[in-house]
Amino acid sequence: MNIKLMYFGMLAEVTGCSEENLRTEATHIAELKEILLEKYPELQSKDFRIAQDEELVSGEVVLNGSQIALLPPFSGG
Amino acid sequence: MEDRYSRHILLDEIGLEGQQKLQQAKVLVVGAGGLGCPVLQYLAAAGIGTLGVIDDDVVALSNLQRQVLFGTSHIGENKALIAREKLTEMNPNIEIHAYPEKLGDQNVISLFSQYDIIVDGTDNFPTRYLINDACVLLDRPMVYGAIFKFEGQVSVFNYEGGPTYRCLFPIPPKPGAVPNCSDIGVLGVLPGIIGTLQANEVLKMVLGIGNILSGKIYNFNALTYKSLTLSLARLDKEVEKIKERGENFEHMNTEFCDPETWKEIRWEDITSKEQVVFLDVRGRQEEPRITSKGVLEIPLDELTESLHLIPKNRKVVTFCKSGMRSKQAVKILQQHRFSNCFSLKDGIIAFDQMNVN
Repeated sequence: MNIKLMYFGMLAEVTGCSEENLRTEATHIAELKEILLEKYPELQSKDFRIAQDEELVSGEVVLNGSQIALLPPFSGG
Repeated sequence: MEDRYSRHILLDEIGLEGQQKLQQAKVLVVGAGGLGCPVLQYLAAAGIGTLGVIDDDVVALSNLQRQVLFGTSHIGENKALIAREKLTEMNPNIEIHAYPEKLGDQNVISLFSQYDIIVDGTDNFPTRYLINDACVLLDRPMVYGAIFKFEGQVSVFNYEGGPTYRCLFPIPPKPGAVPNCSDIGVLGVLPGIIGTLQANEVLKMVLGIGNILSGKIYNFNALTYKSLTLSLARLDKEVEKIKERGENFEHMNTEFCDPETWKEIRWEDITSKEQVVFLDVRGRQEEPRITSKGVLEIPLDELTESLHLIPKNRKVVTFCKSGMRSKQAVKILQQHRFSNCFSLKDGIIAFDQMNVN
């Protein structure tokens, strides 16, 4: 399936883009995460949550959305 | 009262009754920095009857680009005290309490108990997790805001049984994993936008109007104007853990803010500067160079093999451009049994500015 990936904050600096399209056979969020960690090894040292179609989800959730967002913690104030 | 707040009172959604609700509200703002300044200004102007501000930090020249309550003449003075002075002038009809101290596990419960709503304007994770956990224990909503370069997030945590910050990120990130504004910079207007959104959430909550950003995280990008609201579920397991720990606040027990692993010092807190070894860990080509006596130049990537150059019986203060590499240097030094070492807060900016004057 084709999905749109969105990267927030410092994650966009790791991936070099704030958005990209990806064709994937992954069936679950955790599987997609593995694929992204392989594609961008630097993500392994980053904390982030994954949202599917604007809902933050955990790894065991089935990947069936069209828009995936990666959200890191922000520190500044 | 009618005149000052007439534009509020004209609104059907607020009216005299709503304005009285604002007058009765008690709101505490933690941190009078980039986010805290606009929050405080708008809440004071709106007539929040009791406004508290806690911050132990002093105004620095590099704050003025975004911390709009302060001016050049305030440099070196406590932010909370200056904020009270400025806000009193803006609106003398409200009560403003300034706490020129650090929020910690000793004062958080007694302080939060006196307020209905807590606004998070902090720039660091230990304080953010402390605010979150204390808000859960005391059943107070936490109006969260945070920024990164050109992006910001807003949410209201722990609102009427809604998710908490730990439902978003259960564990604090590792030290240094997430950089802050003093290390990487921030667009000056961004905390103004995000802080104003936080003030908006406070007003809506007090007035009981609109939809509160509970269970939702609003993300804003100042460069593209793209925004995305993500929904978040409450994790009962995480909330239970906070309640079980009670006032034994977890963040205090982790490496996260263990003073032995993470030592940062402000220029003005360094005593007997002539006794101190200042260790410049920047690259050799980085300007401006500091040539004073007592400055040792060892770039971070050469530090491990050059440790013999550093006297072990003296206090060592590392510095770099902004204070990030110098923290890594402190870690390396500590691993090699240098016990009396610190990283200079704000790096060369602090060093240079104070040294020249």
